[in-house]
Amino acid sequence: MVSRPGFLGVIARVFLWAFLLCLAVVVLYPLLWMVLNGFKTNTELFGDPFAMPSSWSFESYRKAWNRGVSGYLTTSVLVTLTSTLATVFVSAWAAYGLTRVNIPLNRVVTMGILGGLMLAPTVALVPLVKMFQAMGLYNSFWALLILYTAFRVPFTTFLIRAYMIDLPREVDEAAEMDGCGRWTAFWRIILPMCKPIITSTVLLHILFAWNEYLFAMVFTSGEGVQTLPVGLTSLMSRHGTDFPVVFAGMVIAALPVVLLFFLGQRYIVRGLADGVGK
Amino acid sequence: MRAIRQRALGLAWVAPALALVVVFVYLPLVQNFEFSTLEWDIYSGSQEYVGLDNYRKLIDDPVFWSSMGNNVLYAVVSIAFQVFGALLLAALIEGVRSERWQRGLRAIYFIPSAISMTVAGLLFYFIYEPNLGPLNHLLKAVGLDSLAQAWLGQESTAMPAIIAMSQWQGFGYSTLLFAVAIQRIPKEIYGAAAIDGTGPVRRFVHVTVPLVREMTGLMMMVTVSGAFQVFNEVMVMTSGGPDNSSQVLGTWLYRNGFVRNDFGYAAAIATVIFVITMGIAVAQLWVTRRGRVEW
Repeated sequence: MVSRPGFLGVIARVFLWAFLLCLAVVVLYPLLWMVLNGFKTNTELFGDPFAMPSSWSFESYRKAWNRGVSGYLTTSVLVTLTSTLATVFVSAWAAYGLTRVNIPLNRVVTMGILGGLMLAPTVALVPLVKMFQAMGLYNSFWALLILYTAFRVPFTTFLIRAYMIDLPREVDEAAEMDGCGRWTAFWRIILPMCKPIITSTVLLHILFAWNEYLFAMVFTSGEGVQTLPVGLTSLMSRHGTDFPVVFAGMVIAALPVVLLFFLGQRYIVRGLADGVGK
Repeated sequence: MRAIRQRALGLAWVAPALALVVVFVYLPLVQNFEFSTLEWDIYSGSQEYVGLDNYRKLIDDPVFWSSMGNNVLYAVVSIAFQVFGALLLAALIEGVRSERWQRGLRAIYFIPSAISMTVAGLLFYFIYEPNLGPLNHLLKAVGLDSLAQAWLGQESTAMPAIIAMSQWQGFGYSTLLFAVAIQRIPKEIYGAAAIDGTGPVRRFVHVTVPLVREMTGLMMMVTVSGAFQVFNEVMVMTSGGPDNSSQVLGTWLYRNGFVRNDFGYAAAIATVIFVITMGIAVAQLWVTRRGRVEW
């Protein structure tokens, strides 16, 4: 940017900043309001919405925790961790097979796996429910693990494949020379070289699995299998009037992913940009 | 022979991914077409082939059409804010001199996209709430009492209120992606424009916009495709009410399939979503294949 001094330039700059900061307030204030409400009493909540809570008590957090949030959180953590591992490994294997192994029908297989990117989960919803009911997996942890993995493998494979394809051929040749089998070459050499993109895909999958609602809502109903997004809505309907508890639950659901975003921003942005742009 | 076996063995690498996608993504898609030609008996669970009856029912269903209208409205507003608005915003942020502030602002705007749509939806459910919500309080405080209303409780405002929330939730995401696209424009091009004495507005119109047009195209398609898959926020904020006024295709499918157990009809709605999103995906593929902008 070239500096443009002078009166007009200064005015423009002031307006620019005013606008950008206003927008930041519009984004941040609702979030701040959510956090503050988790500390209010129910009476305070129905009073002036802009007032500060009278005390910083974690009572609502304790209540939320005891009224099911601990269970939702456990399920969310489990589903997120297991589906992240499953998705990233299955996708990395596939990417390796597609880019570095001479497999038959490579183009067909590539299109088969990546084509899954084009399909909306909503479209498959009714048959999937029937299928999982028939398998006896409806309303189970397994349903979410399988669905989160199956529906994210195309995107994840897409990202890892695009990265692996650019690794130099000499790497494989050197590995072969050293007497490494395919298996060892994958784990010891190729996978470590893909660390940046693996990090991106791990973070993006965590964001997805933690926040997913459609499958979680349709495939789970009972306590013990509900994840946070679904659990929050049932917390809302069961304790309809004790709103601070709901706000506390919302903060518990939001905080981990916000922290994750700030910690892994670089990788998340990279993954998102590659995911949409290639 | 050995070589062929060796090659076939290589398929083991892709087998898990392929199996998952075929069984849980493609197979249900095919089944969905079959389901859409069946009529389920709710009590006995038996099925009967009814041909295109479910599709005829769609055409006569006013809620199907109003749902579709809501999806279209969603798409149009999202293109305005999350594509063109975000592009402009991304360019404005580049006008900030400090790179740390640029990064900071983009990160702040992105926060709502990191949290789940459920949390965002519940949060705005409360913000719109007539009694305890800050929106009506704010309107009254600035003397606009007449505008204070039950945002999610009226047919005329429920859908716009949900759409407004989702702009709040999603604009930071597209702004971030546009920022990446803008930063990939070689600095020399901007430098040359500056030497020509081009002002910021002309620079935006004549340099930035044309050079990020591929990203713009992709974002449009991602946004429209997303608009036809909307489900979460509507479910959380209104469940499609009042009186089905905020129903979208996704929630109308859910209601018919899993509340009324009319699976055949739900499958027919799913087919419509499939045709629309698939059409967009093919267009997207075509745009990306056509080759990117050459510097």
